[in-house]
Amino acid sequence: MITAIASLTILGAILGLILGVAARVFRVEGNALVAELTDILPGSQCGQCGFPGCSGAAQALAEGHAPVTLCPPGGRAVALALAAKLGVEADVSGVQDARPMIAEVREELCIGCTRCFKVCPTDAIMGAAQQIHSVFREACTACGKCEAVCPTESITLQPVQLTLHAWYWHKPVTQTTIAA
Amino acid sequence: MSEYLLLLLSTALVNNVVLVKFLGLCPFMGISKKMDTALSMGLATTFVITFTTAGSWLLEHWLLIPLGIEYLRILTYILVIAAVVQFTEMVIRKVSPPLYQVLGIYLPLITTNCAVLGLPLLNVQEKSGFAVSLIGGFGSSVGFTLVLVLFAGMRERIALASVPPAFSGAPIAFITAGILALAFMGFAGLVPH
Repeated sequence: MITAIASLTILGAILGLILGVAARVFRVEGNALVAELTDILPGSQCGQCGFPGCSGAAQALAEGHAPVTLCPPGGRAVALALAAKLGVEADVSGVQDARPMIAEVREELCIGCTRCFKVCPTDAIMGAAQQIHSVFREACTACGKCEAVCPTESITLQPVQLTLHAWYWHKPVTQTTIAA
Repeated sequence: MSEYLLLLLSTALVNNVVLVKFLGLCPFMGISKKMDTALSMGLATTFVITFTTAGSWLLEHWLLIPLGIEYLRILTYILVIAAVVQFTEMVIRKVSPPLYQVLGIYLPLITTNCAVLGLPLLNVQEKSGFAVSLIGGFGSSVGFTLVLVLFAGMRERIALASVPPAFSGAPIAFITAGILALAFMGFAGLVPH
Protein backbone atom coordinates (compact mmCIF):
# COMPACT_ATOMS: atom_id res chain seq x y z
CA MET A 1 0.00 0.00 0.00
CA ILE A 2 2.67 2.49 1.08
CA THR A 3 4.99 1.41 -1.74
CA ALA A 4 2.18 1.82 -4.25
CA ILE A 5 1.34 5.32 -3.06
CA ALA A 6 4.97 6.35 -2.75
CA SER A 7 6.05 4.98 -6.13
CA LEU A 8 3.18 6.57 -8.01
CA THR A 9 3.68 9.87 -6.20
CA ILE A 10 7.38 9.90 -7.01
CA LEU A 11 6.67 8.90 -10.61
CA GLY A 12 4.13 11.68 -10.94
CA ALA A 13 6.50 14.19 -9.40
CA ILE A 14 9.33 13.21 -11.75
CA LEU A 15 7.10 13.38 -14.83
CA GLY A 16 5.70 16.69 -13.62
CA LEU A 17 9.20 18.04 -13.20
CA ILE A 18 10.15 16.97 -16.72
CA LEU A 19 7.02 18.57 -18.13
CA GLY A 20 7.65 21.73 -16.14
CA VAL A 21 11.15 22.04 -17.56
CA ALA A 22 9.81 21.27 -21.05
CA ALA A 23 7.17 23.97 -20.65
CA ARG A 24 9.96 26.46 -19.94
CA VAL A 25 12.10 25.28 -22.84
CA PHE A 26 9.26 25.16 -25.35
CA ARG A 27 7.43 28.21 -24.15
CA VAL A 28 5.55 30.02 -26.89
CA GLU A 29 6.02 33.74 -26.78
CA GLY A 30 2.49 34.59 -27.72
CA ASN A 31 1.79 38.08 -28.97
CA ALA A 32 1.50 40.15 -25.78
CA LEU A 33 -0.90 42.54 -27.51
CA VAL A 34 -3.27 39.70 -28.39
CA ALA A 35 -3.34 38.63 -24.76
CA GLU A 36 -4.15 42.17 -23.61
CA LEU A 37 -6.88 42.55 -26.23
CA THR A 38 -8.36 39.23 -25.19
CA ASP A 39 -8.53 40.54 -21.65
CA ILE A 40 -10.47 43.62 -22.78
CA LEU A 41 -13.03 41.58 -24.71
CA PRO A 42 -15.91 40.08 -22.70
CA GLY A 43 -14.69 36.51 -23.02
CA SER A 44 -18.07 34.89 -23.45
CA GLN A 45 -17.03 33.47 -26.87
CA CYS A 46 -20.44 34.38 -28.29
CA GLY A 47 -19.18 34.70 -31.85
CA GLN A 48 -21.29 37.70 -32.81
CA CYS A 49 -18.22 39.38 -34.29
CA GLY A 50 -17.89 36.53 -36.80
CA PHE A 51 -14.59 35.28 -35.38
CA PRO A 52 -14.27 31.99 -33.57
CA GLY A 53 -14.37 33.28 -30.03
CA CYS A 54 -12.77 36.21 -28.29
CA SER A 55 -9.17 35.12 -28.83
CA GLY A 56 -9.81 34.88 -32.56
CA ALA A 57 -11.27 38.38 -32.50
CA ALA A 58 -8.28 39.66 -30.54
CA GLN A 59 -5.95 38.09 -33.11
CA ALA A 60 -7.80 39.81 -35.95
CA LEU A 61 -7.79 43.12 -34.06
CA ALA A 62 -4.05 42.90 -33.46
CA GLU A 63 -3.44 42.24 -37.15
CA GLY A 64 -5.72 45.11 -38.11
CA HIS A 65 -8.27 42.99 -39.94
CA ALA A 66 -11.18 43.98 -37.75
CA PRO A 67 -12.66 47.26 -36.58
CA VAL A 68 -12.58 48.07 -32.88
CA THR A 69 -16.36 48.24 -32.92
CA LEU A 70 -16.66 44.55 -33.67
CA CYS A 71 -17.98 43.44 -30.31
CA PRO A 72 -21.74 43.98 -29.90
CA PRO A 73 -22.03 42.73 -26.32
CA GLY A 74 -19.09 44.88 -25.27
CA GLY A 75 -20.77 48.03 -26.52
CA ARG A 76 -19.23 51.46 -26.35
CA ALA A 77 -16.99 50.81 -23.37
CA VAL A 78 -15.16 47.90 -24.97
CA ALA A 79 -14.88 49.70 -28.32
CA LEU A 80 -13.28 52.70 -26.62
CA ALA A 81 -10.96 50.56 -24.55
CA LEU A 82 -9.86 48.66 -27.68
CA ALA A 83 -9.32 51.89 -29.59
CA ALA A 84 -7.22 53.27 -26.73
CA LYS A 85 -5.15 50.11 -26.57
CA LEU A 86 -4.56 50.02 -30.32
CA GLY A 87 -4.08 53.76 -30.64
CA VAL A 88 -6.71 54.20 -33.35
CA GLU A 89 -9.63 56.56 -33.70
CA ALA A 90 -12.88 54.83 -32.96
CA ASP A 91 -16.14 55.88 -34.51
CA VAL A 92 -18.48 54.80 -31.79
CA SER A 93 -21.51 56.65 -33.12
CA GLY A 94 -22.82 53.45 -34.65
CA VAL A 95 -22.27 51.43 -31.52
CA GLN A 96 -25.35 51.05 -29.51
CA ASP A 97 -24.46 51.47 -25.94
CA ALA A 98 -25.92 48.19 -25.08
CA ARG A 99 -28.55 48.56 -22.47
CA PRO A 100 -28.36 45.65 -20.14
CA MET A 101 -30.41 42.98 -21.85
CA ILE A 102 -31.28 39.52 -20.76
CA ALA A 103 -32.86 36.54 -22.44
CA GLU A 104 -36.38 35.80 -21.33
CA VAL A 105 -38.57 32.80 -22.05
CA ARG A 106 -42.24 33.37 -22.81
CA GLU A 107 -43.62 30.31 -21.17
CA GLU A 108 -46.79 30.09 -23.25
CA LEU A 109 -44.70 29.72 -26.42
CA CYS A 110 -41.82 27.53 -25.24
CA ILE A 111 -42.15 23.98 -26.61
CA GLY A 112 -39.14 22.59 -24.77
CA CYS A 113 -37.11 21.87 -27.89
CA THR A 114 -33.75 22.35 -26.05
CA ARG A 115 -32.22 24.18 -29.01
CA CYS A 116 -31.53 27.34 -27.05
CA PHE A 117 -29.59 25.79 -24.25
CA LYS A 118 -27.47 23.82 -26.66
CA VAL A 119 -26.19 27.03 -28.25
CA CYS A 120 -25.89 29.07 -25.05
CA PRO A 121 -22.19 29.88 -24.62
CA THR A 122 -22.50 30.55 -20.90
CA ASP A 123 -24.82 27.68 -19.96
CA ALA A 124 -27.34 30.23 -18.77
CA ILE A 125 -30.42 28.31 -19.90
CA MET A 126 -31.85 25.51 -17.86
CA GLY A 127 -34.33 22.94 -19.08
CA ALA A 128 -34.91 19.56 -20.56
CA ALA A 129 -36.73 18.14 -23.56
CA GLN A 130 -40.47 18.86 -23.40
CA GLN A 131 -40.01 21.13 -20.41
CA ILE A 132 -40.29 24.88 -20.31
CA HIS A 133 -36.81 26.38 -20.24
CA SER A 134 -35.74 29.19 -18.02
CA VAL A 135 -32.82 31.58 -17.92
CA PHE A 136 -30.31 32.11 -15.16
CA ARG A 137 -30.22 35.87 -15.02
CA GLU A 138 -26.75 36.03 -13.50
CA ALA A 139 -25.16 33.94 -16.24
CA CYS A 140 -26.89 35.40 -19.31
CA THR A 141 -24.66 37.68 -21.37
CA ALA A 142 -27.37 38.60 -23.88
CA CYS A 143 -25.37 37.32 -26.84
CA GLY A 144 -28.61 36.59 -28.70
CA LYS A 145 -27.70 33.12 -29.97
CA CYS A 146 -30.75 31.59 -28.32
CA GLU A 147 -33.00 34.16 -29.91
CA ALA A 148 -31.72 33.13 -33.33
CA VAL A 149 -32.36 29.40 -32.95
CA CYS A 150 -35.71 29.52 -31.18
CA PRO A 151 -38.36 28.03 -33.51
CA THR A 152 -41.32 29.65 -31.77
CA GLU A 153 -39.81 33.05 -30.93
CA SER A 154 -40.39 32.28 -27.33
CA ILE A 155 -36.95 33.30 -26.12
CA THR A 156 -36.13 36.94 -26.73
CA LEU A 157 -33.73 39.52 -25.39
CA GLN A 158 -35.47 41.97 -23.14
CA PRO A 159 -34.06 45.02 -21.40
CA VAL A 160 -33.45 44.33 -17.76
CA GLN A 161 -36.13 45.96 -15.66
CA LEU A 162 -34.58 48.39 -13.28
CA THR A 163 -35.46 47.10 -9.86
CA LEU A 164 -33.71 47.32 -6.57
CA HIS A 165 -32.16 43.93 -7.26
CA ALA A 166 -30.96 44.80 -10.75
CA TRP A 167 -29.48 48.19 -9.96
CA TYR A 168 -25.74 48.55 -9.75
CA TRP A 169 -23.39 51.39 -9.07
CA HIS A 170 -21.99 52.65 -12.32
CA LYS A 171 -18.55 51.46 -13.17
CA PRO A 172 -15.83 53.95 -12.24
CA VAL A 173 -14.89 56.23 -15.13
CA THR A 174 -11.50 55.01 -16.27
CA GLN A 175 -8.68 56.95 -17.86
CA THR A 176 -9.40 55.45 -21.27
CA THR A 177 -13.01 56.57 -21.34
CA ILE A 178 -12.08 60.11 -20.25
CA ALA A 179 -9.44 60.33 -22.96
CA ALA A 180 -11.96 59.29 -25.56
CA MET B 1 18.22 -8.65 -37.59
CA SER B 2 15.86 -10.25 -40.10
CA GLU B 3 13.73 -11.29 -37.14
CA TYR B 4 13.27 -7.63 -36.18
CA LEU B 5 12.52 -6.64 -39.77
CA LEU B 6 9.91 -9.36 -39.86
CA LEU B 7 8.46 -8.06 -36.59
CA LEU B 8 8.32 -4.55 -38.01
CA LEU B 9 6.55 -5.77 -41.13
CA SER B 10 4.18 -7.96 -39.18
CA THR B 11 3.11 -5.22 -36.76
CA ALA B 12 2.83 -2.59 -39.47
CA LEU B 13 0.91 -4.61 -42.05
CA VAL B 14 -0.22 -8.04 -40.97
CA ASN B 15 -1.40 -7.24 -37.46
CA ASN B 16 -2.25 -3.67 -38.29
CA VAL B 17 -3.33 -1.89 -35.15
CA VAL B 18 -6.31 -0.14 -36.74
CA LEU B 19 -7.62 -2.49 -39.38
CA VAL B 20 -6.89 -5.85 -37.80
CA LYS B 21 -6.92 -5.16 -34.06
CA PHE B 22 -9.44 -2.32 -34.35
CA LEU B 23 -7.68 -0.04 -31.91
CA GLY B 24 -7.45 3.72 -32.30
CA LEU B 25 -10.52 4.15 -34.46
CA CYS B 26 -11.30 7.62 -33.11
CA PRO B 27 -8.43 9.48 -34.80
CA PHE B 28 -8.78 7.08 -37.77
CA MET B 29 -12.24 8.54 -38.41
CA GLY B 30 -11.65 12.01 -36.99
CA ILE B 31 -8.39 13.15 -38.55
CA SER B 32 -8.56 11.46 -41.93
CA LYS B 33 -10.22 14.20 -43.97
CA LYS B 34 -6.99 15.66 -45.32
CA MET B 35 -3.84 13.83 -46.20
CA ASP B 36 -1.24 16.20 -44.75
CA THR B 37 -2.99 16.52 -41.39
CA ALA B 38 -3.39 12.75 -41.34
CA LEU B 39 0.33 12.39 -41.88
CA SER B 40 1.15 14.85 -39.09
CA MET B 41 -1.27 13.15 -36.76
CA GLY B 42 0.27 9.81 -37.62
CA LEU B 43 3.76 11.11 -36.92
CA ALA B 44 2.69 12.62 -33.59
CA THR B 45 1.05 9.33 -32.62
CA THR B 46 4.13 7.40 -33.76
CA PHE B 47 6.27 9.52 -31.47
CA VAL B 48 3.89 9.03 -28.55
CA ILE B 49 3.46 5.28 -29.04
CA THR B 50 7.17 4.60 -29.45
CA PHE B 51 8.04 6.50 -26.29
CA THR B 52 5.21 5.08 -24.23
CA THR B 53 5.93 1.48 -25.20
CA ALA B 54 9.56 1.98 -24.18
CA GLY B 55 8.67 3.90 -21.02
CA SER B 56 5.98 1.43 -20.01
CA TRP B 57 8.30 -1.51 -20.49
CA LEU B 58 10.94 0.09 -18.29
CA LEU B 59 8.39 0.96 -15.61
CA GLU B 60 6.84 -2.48 -15.81
CA HIS B 61 10.13 -4.29 -15.29
CA TRP B 62 11.95 -1.84 -13.02
CA LEU B 63 9.12 -0.54 -10.89
CA LEU B 64 5.89 -2.53 -11.01
CA ILE B 65 7.26 -6.08 -10.94
CA PRO B 66 10.06 -5.52 -8.35
CA LEU B 67 7.65 -3.77 -5.99
CA GLY B 68 4.86 -6.25 -6.69
CA ILE B 69 2.34 -3.57 -7.64
CA GLU B 70 1.29 -4.85 -11.05
CA TYR B 71 -2.30 -3.92 -10.24
CA LEU B 72 -1.31 -0.27 -10.80
CA ARG B 73 -0.28 -1.05 -14.37
CA ILE B 74 -3.02 0.85 -16.19
CA LEU B 75 -2.73 3.84 -13.89
CA THR B 76 1.04 4.01 -14.37
CA TYR B 77 0.79 3.63 -18.12
CA ILE B 78 -1.81 6.35 -18.36
CA LEU B 79 0.47 8.61 -16.36
CA VAL B 80 3.32 8.00 -18.80
CA ILE B 81 1.04 8.42 -21.82
CA ALA B 82 -0.40 11.68 -20.54
CA ALA B 83 3.07 13.05 -19.86
CA VAL B 84 4.37 12.11 -23.31
CA VAL B 85 1.29 13.55 -25.03
CA GLN B 86 1.62 16.76 -23.06
CA PHE B 87 5.26 16.95 -24.08
CA THR B 88 4.37 16.34 -27.74
CA GLU B 89 1.74 19.04 -27.57
CA MET B 90 4.26 21.55 -26.22
CA VAL B 91 6.77 20.68 -28.93
CA ILE B 92 4.23 20.91 -31.75
CA ARG B 93 2.87 24.17 -30.41
CA LYS B 94 6.36 25.59 -30.40
CA VAL B 95 7.55 24.13 -33.68
CA SER B 96 4.45 24.38 -35.84
CA PRO B 97 1.57 26.61 -34.64
CA PRO B 98 -0.53 25.98 -37.81
CA LEU B 99 -0.29 22.24 -37.26
CA TYR B 100 -1.26 22.81 -33.62
CA GLN B 101 -4.36 24.65 -34.85
CA VAL B 102 -5.24 21.96 -37.37
CA LEU B 103 -4.83 19.00 -35.02
CA GLY B 104 -6.81 20.88 -32.40
CA ILE B 105 -8.60 18.70 -29.91
CA TYR B 106 -7.28 15.48 -31.47
CA LEU B 107 -3.78 16.22 -30.24
CA PRO B 108 -4.54 15.96 -26.48
CA LEU B 109 -6.94 13.16 -27.39
CA ILE B 110 -3.95 10.99 -28.34
CA THR B 111 -3.99 10.33 -24.59
CA THR B 112 -7.26 8.47 -24.94
CA ASN B 113 -6.31 6.73 -28.17
CA CYS B 114 -6.76 3.12 -27.12
CA ALA B 115 -3.92 1.99 -29.38
CA VAL B 116 -1.50 3.95 -27.21
CA LEU B 117 -2.59 2.13 -24.06
CA GLY B 118 -3.35 -1.12 -25.84
CA LEU B 119 0.12 -1.75 -27.26
CA PRO B 120 2.00 -1.66 -23.92
CA LEU B 121 -0.69 -3.87 -22.38
CA LEU B 122 -0.39 -6.35 -25.26
CA ASN B 123 3.39 -6.34 -24.77
CA VAL B 124 2.89 -7.27 -21.14
CA GLN B 125 0.46 -10.00 -22.11
CA GLU B 126 2.89 -11.49 -24.61
CA LYS B 127 5.83 -11.07 -22.19
CA SER B 128 7.88 -9.34 -24.87
CA GLY B 129 11.43 -8.20 -24.27
CA PHE B 130 12.47 -4.56 -24.45
CA ALA B 131 13.67 -4.55 -28.06
CA VAL B 132 10.63 -6.49 -29.24
CA SER B 133 8.32 -4.11 -27.37
CA LEU B 134 10.03 -1.06 -28.77
CA ILE B 135 10.13 -2.31 -32.35
CA GLY B 136 6.61 -3.69 -32.07
CA GLY B 137 5.36 -0.33 -30.79
CA PHE B 138 7.19 1.55 -33.52
CA GLY B 139 5.97 -0.85 -36.21
CA SER B 140 2.39 -0.64 -35.00
CA SER B 141 2.44 3.14 -35.02
CA VAL B 142 3.98 3.15 -38.48
CA GLY B 143 1.10 0.90 -39.50
CA PHE B 144 -1.30 3.36 -37.87
CA THR B 145 0.24 6.25 -39.81
CA LEU B 146 0.18 4.28 -43.04
CA VAL B 147 -3.48 3.37 -42.68
CA LEU B 148 -4.41 6.89 -41.64
CA VAL B 149 -2.71 8.38 -44.71
CA LEU B 150 -4.18 5.73 -47.04
CA PHE B 151 -7.63 6.32 -45.67
CA ALA B 152 -7.26 10.11 -45.87
CA GLY B 153 -6.26 9.78 -49.51
CA MET B 154 -9.34 7.70 -50.21
CA ARG B 155 -11.59 10.14 -48.39
CA GLU B 156 -10.14 13.03 -50.36
CA ARG B 157 -11.18 11.25 -53.54
CA ILE B 158 -14.56 10.28 -52.14
CA ALA B 159 -15.20 13.92 -51.29
CA LEU B 160 -15.10 14.64 -55.03
CA ALA B 161 -17.13 11.61 -56.09
CA SER B 162 -20.89 11.68 -56.36
CA VAL B 163 -22.03 9.56 -53.46
CA PRO B 164 -25.73 8.66 -53.10
CA PRO B 165 -27.28 10.93 -50.47
CA ALA B 166 -28.06 8.03 -48.16
CA PHE B 167 -24.37 7.12 -48.00
CA SER B 168 -22.73 10.54 -48.05
CA GLY B 169 -20.67 11.62 -45.09
CA ALA B 170 -19.92 9.16 -42.32
CA PRO B 171 -21.58 6.05 -43.84
CA ILE B 172 -19.39 5.97 -46.92
CA ALA B 173 -16.35 6.56 -44.70
CA PHE B 174 -17.27 3.54 -42.59
CA ILE B 175 -17.87 1.41 -45.67
CA THR B 176 -14.51 2.47 -47.09
CA ALA B 177 -12.85 1.63 -43.80
CA GLY B 178 -14.44 -1.82 -43.91
CA ILE B 179 -13.22 -2.47 -47.44
CA LEU B 180 -9.76 -1.25 -46.47
CA ALA B 181 -9.79 -3.66 -43.52
CA LEU B 182 -10.73 -6.49 -45.89
CA ALA B 183 -7.87 -5.50 -48.17
CA PHE B 184 -5.46 -5.58 -45.24
CA MET B 185 -6.49 -9.16 -44.52
CA GLY B 186 -4.64 -9.96 -47.72
CA PHE B 187 -1.38 -9.28 -45.88
CA ALA B 188 -2.10 -12.19 -43.56
CA GLY B 189 -0.16 -14.56 -45.78
CA LEU B 190 2.88 -12.30 -45.95
CA VAL B 191 4.54 -13.38 -42.71
CA PRO B 192 4.72 -17.09 -41.89
CA HIS B 193 3.34 -17.86 -38.46
